[in-house]
Amino acid sequence: MSKVIDGLYYSKEHEWVKVEGNEALIGITDYAQDALGDLVYADCGTVGAAVSAGDAVAVLESVKAASDVYSPVSGTVTRINEELSDAPEKINADAFGNFLFAVELSDKSELDTLMDASAYEDFCKEEH
Amino acid sequence: MKLIFEEGAKGRRAYKIPPCDVPQKALSAILGKNNLRADAPALPECSEVDVVRHFTNLSQLNFALDTGFYPLGSCTMKYNPKINEDLSRLAGFCEMHPLQSEEDSQGAMQLYYELERSLSAIFGMSRFTLLPAAGAHGELCGMMIIAAYHRSRKDYARKTIIVPDSSHGTNPASASIAGFTVKTIKSGPDGLLDLNALKEALGPDTAGMMLTNPSTLGLFEKDIMKAADMVHKAGGLLYYDGANSNAILCKTTPSLMGFDVVHTNLHKTFSTPHGGGGPGSGPVGVVEKLVPFLPSPLIAYKNGKYVFEKENKLSIGKMRSFFGNFGVLVKAYAYILANGAEGLDEVSTAAVANANYLCRRLSKAFTLPYGDNRCMHEFVLSGQEIKDKYGVSTLDMAKRLIEMGYHPPTIYFPLIVHEAIMIEPCETESVATLKEFVDAMLTVAKEAKECPEKLHAAPQNKPVTRLDETLAARTPVVKAQ
Repeated sequence: MSKVIDGLYYSKEHEWVKVEGNEALIGITDYAQDALGDLVYADCGTVGAAVSAGDAVAVLESVKAASDVYSPVSGTVTRINEELSDAPEKINADAFGNFLFAVELSDKSELDTLMDASAYEDFCKEEH
Repeated sequence: MKLIFEEGAKGRRAYKIPPCDVPQKALSAILGKNNLRADAPALPECSEVDVVRHFTNLSQLNFALDTGFYPLGSCTMKYNPKINEDLSRLAGFCEMHPLQSEEDSQGAMQLYYELERSLSAIFGMSRFTLLPAAGAHGELCGMMIIAAYHRSRKDYARKTIIVPDSSHGTNPASASIAGFTVKTIKSGPDGLLDLNALKEALGPDTAGMMLTNPSTLGLFEKDIMKAADMVHKAGGLLYYDGANSNAILCKTTPSLMGFDVVHTNLHKTFSTPHGGGGPGSGPVGVVEKLVPFLPSPLIAYKNGKYVFEKENKLSIGKMRSFFGNFGVLVKAYAYILANGAEGLDEVSTAAVANANYLCRRLSKAFTLPYGDNRCMHEFVLSGQEIKDKYGVSTLDMAKRLIEMGYHPPTIYFPLIVHEAIMIEPCETESVATLKEFVDAMLTVAKEAKECPEKLHAAPQNKPVTRLDETLAARTPVVKAQ
């Protein structure tokens, strides 16, 4: 069973959101990295981009497939994890320890629409 | 096997040039010194027989339809009758120059004209362009036509193309390249288009929807008429990805389903080689109101002669140099004429029957997540249960099939099926071949339970064993030295 961490928000697209002040760090879950398989390419998006919840921001490519990563929240991309472009395998090693991009939140109430750890765990079981 | 660069010996040549009997001039005096390279390029130095043996041996490492069963789902890898090859090599076709005059090109123009009419009849469209060089190129062409249509009506707000999550990966890519924003909608629990999701996605920004029918799961979208109606009422156009048209030839048409634009892959459905045997061809057909937007050239028949039509001012222009991949068009034309309408109808009957035979028998050993034990020309199994129980992945099973002499089915696609195994047998295989393949698949399923280590280690009897595709993708080596 893949790992889930308490204290984070989760989306149905298998992204996690970690809120620090007004900034949200966004990455993909352990379940998502396991489903994608060995990652070979990561494009974490563009700093300064304005995003609405649900917009594709980053692109991950594995030996199986290329996938968009969506921002579960609206705002402005403040930074991206540049280390990942040379080492996408870090996401496979530790999906929760490697954020893809950070968003300055424009509407904190959007977080209420996301799942907590236990709801996400149930969601994964259903998906399976 | 050695690389061609490692074959031969220094100074070895496949030719001998007689001594020069005219006055010689230094190359630098002719080309200019700065146009000459300092060192000779490091080319292989081989005799003719070295070269012939090298490439013949290399070709024998390849797996091809000519050597075995190739049930690669989504790809329609059907056998291509050899007579198509002979015909496309007729001197009158293959030695033509594309700049020859109309007068000197009447035969080729007739073929072009008649193939366009045949495809229009098969798909129920008004006209076709034969220019696009592949399926995705056809999609791009279709998207550009849809964009041009909305622009011509000054309907500038229509910027969104809707695609279901079961669509071919090229659909969203083609729509993006044509300048659209892509909106993906989730399939329903039965794997089919979810009309509620479609309803939510439609709006004044909708330029159109791209759909494959039958879908990538090998299922016929039973609500297609309702969906078409909804898209049209919202002001959008409906695009038919014809990659799966092998299932519907002369049974129904995209036009009857309500589609406005369609592409078909000649290199899939119409038996022109596919997958490295290319080049491809992805003609695009449109309904009457979109004909003015077709790329040029188009060919008309007037006063007993084939002529190039004057380009419509609404045309999206050129999609490809000259006339598209003409040799491929000759093969498709030959295939359509050889089969006729009745033959094409039988093609689809056999393609669907073959897939259902495999689907029915294999769903006893593998999970069939969608389709209720029935399918169109292809179906998607899931290896998830086997992976959970025995730790054997779909990749392991695919590699074991290679050992057994089969090209594996498509795996890990479509993405909505976990550990997907996508199988399309095509109409060209006999029931004996299908039975042997079922036996092989059932053996693999049994081995997954009894000796999983054998599958983890496969393939063992091939020139190379399991390749590290992660390493290859992360640090590709694409140069000999």
